[in-house]
Amino acid sequence: MIQNCAAFKELFLCRMRQFYREPEAIFWTYGFPILLTVGLGIAFRTRPPERVAVAVEDVPATQRARQVLGENQEFDLTVAAAGEGVQMLRRGKVSILLQAEEGGHVYRYDPTQPEARLARQRVDDVLQRDAGRVDALPVSHHEVTEPGSRYIDFLVPGLLGMNLMGGGLWGVGFVTVDMRIRKLLKRFVATPMSRRDFLLAVISGRMLFTLPEMFILLLTGWLLFRVTIVGGVLTIFAVALVGAVSFAGIGLLVACRAQKMETISGLMNLVMLPMWLFSGIFFSSERFPDSMQPLIRALPLTQLNDALRAVILEGASLGSQGVPLLILAAWGLVSFVLGLRWFRWT
Amino acid sequence: MQPAIVCRNLKKRYDPRKRDPVDALVGLDLEVRVGECFGLLGPNGAGKTTAIEIIEGLLEPTSGEVEVLGMRWADEERGIRQRIGISLQETRLTEKLTVHETVRLFRSFYDRGRQPEEVLEVVSLQGKARAWVKKLSGGQKQRLAVACALVGDPELLFLDEPTTGLDPQSRRELWEIIHAQRQRGRTTLITTHYMDEAERLCDRVAIVDRGRIIALGSPAELIARLGGDHVIEFALENGQAGAGVPPSPALDALRRLPTVRDCRLDQGSYALTVERPHVCLPALLEHLREESHVMARLTTRHASLEDVFVSLTGRHLTDDETERS
Repeated sequence: MIQNCAAFKELFLCRMRQFYREPEAIFWTYGFPILLTVGLGIAFRTRPPERVAVAVEDVPATQRARQVLGENQEFDLTVAAAGEGVQMLRRGKVSILLQAEEGGHVYRYDPTQPEARLARQRVDDVLQRDAGRVDALPVSHHEVTEPGSRYIDFLVPGLLGMNLMGGGLWGVGFVTVDMRIRKLLKRFVATPMSRRDFLLAVISGRMLFTLPEMFILLLTGWLLFRVTIVGGVLTIFAVALVGAVSFAGIGLLVACRAQKMETISGLMNLVMLPMWLFSGIFFSSERFPDSMQPLIRALPLTQLNDALRAVILEGASLGSQGVPLLILAAWGLVSFVLGLRWFRWT
Repeated sequence: MQPAIVCRNLKKRYDPRKRDPVDALVGLDLEVRVGECFGLLGPNGAGKTTAIEIIEGLLEPTSGEVEVLGMRWADEERGIRQRIGISLQETRLTEKLTVHETVRLFRSFYDRGRQPEEVLEVVSLQGKARAWVKKLSGGQKQRLAVACALVGDPELLFLDEPTTGLDPQSRRELWEIIHAQRQRGRTTLITTHYMDEAERLCDRVAIVDRGRIIALGSPAELIARLGGDHVIEFALENGQAGAGVPPSPALDALRRLPTVRDCRLDQGSYALTVERPHVCLPALLEHLREESHVMARLTTRHASLEDVFVSLTGRHLTDDETERS
């Protein structure tokens, strides 16, 4: 595959040097995804359920209610003097006010507010049970807040996929267009350099950068948010590598003719935008209508994200991800072949 | 001996399908001998770069044939590339690689060649080996570009406008490098629009104008073809007092002066090509006095390739050709 090993080695080394001597490239490849993970992880962190703010009018008839609600951790109880409770309700300090009337209680609340409706339901539930109501249907609760099914667990594999896409497209596309503009590609083809060696070196460089990229992201997720990594590191890396190669191929195709930075930036965004939206980075791609699903499934990033989530969160084997990996590889291969054929060197 | 380069009837038309195609080359024949430094001299837009890039195999001619070191591009591209070195008119080498890394990279493309350190010494950049390309001056960058062309130890070196935009010191340093290459018995093809560069460096020069060669020979031969190798230039004072401004001296009359071979008027300045200035000058002064002209300026100098170009085209090398109709 490689025609001249010495030349391939030098080209590859020069790619490495260019990369680590460019602070911006390092930031966009490694720093940015970490910041994004941290930011989104904090924004969507799991909180204990909020307590229901309830006020009870301080009259003898509400004595039992005050005691029951006060003992229950679910409620944030305020005992209000007559008249004061209505004011608290109006100001939104409490969601519901409990008053007494002959033979029972009055719930005072605003039914247009979901919070108030919820408060009414909870308060009523607790008071009715205390008064002796028995549930007719036996049910049990299973609460899911443990690591593995939170938003951050969903997010981290998606960010890894997004990063592999951006890195592949920019890392290959931008670099080749820049060299074309500087007439360096023309200068290279004026030597006996093998064109395939050159493109393989660019793509191999991109593959090597994937390794730290993956580790840094997964490590951040694990250290800060205890994102569980069920699958084996080698399996995850294999999936990430197929993704990286696939997007490197697409990057080459996108960049094969462009002669201006503006052109390549526009094309990159055009290619990436649908995948940012539809491929399930920040929310599941299943949320889109069924009629769109075949198209969404055909996007390489959808396949990469699904495969990453399967191996990271569920510990799926590489073999079980054959279809997504094949679709990814097909994208990469077809793009590479077309890109190589149409590539403009001068 | 087989020539290093042979071109037969090279033609190049850009945008052939558009309404106004540009004919950059209209039939160029060329033969460059092994071991010589050959110059393509002409104004900007004359077709020099088109010609050299076709010979370098970077551009397809519309028609015509090219042979480099006895081989054709279509048959033996890799074979040719192993034996030639090229410096393009404009290449921005990677800024964040060092000088040594850059030359090493280019060395790796060739099956055999010179050591990077040796080539850096040839272009006097050994002290900058560890510096980033970004830190080099314009002249140093140009010498690095030439080092990248030399590192494959080419039999044939192509340099497209190697000294354009450089300061005099840097130009001289580059001339030294090219000179050394000729002393190693290697062939160099260079394009330039500086006539002093062509005169100094080249064994033979082809003057290119509007896509074809209008003169070919050694600089001395070309100048000798003017008929005299001295030029007398003078200007007359204008707007003398009174109404009787004398008419300009007739060019025909000036041509009849002793040993004058040619005469032209260019923006108020007369230029006489003469064989023996010491014979011509007294006669010229006498003639102007008789016609009541007052001289404002007078110089004599050796004829140059610039004079050859002007006598052939009526234009100067520094005139831009880009706006031609």
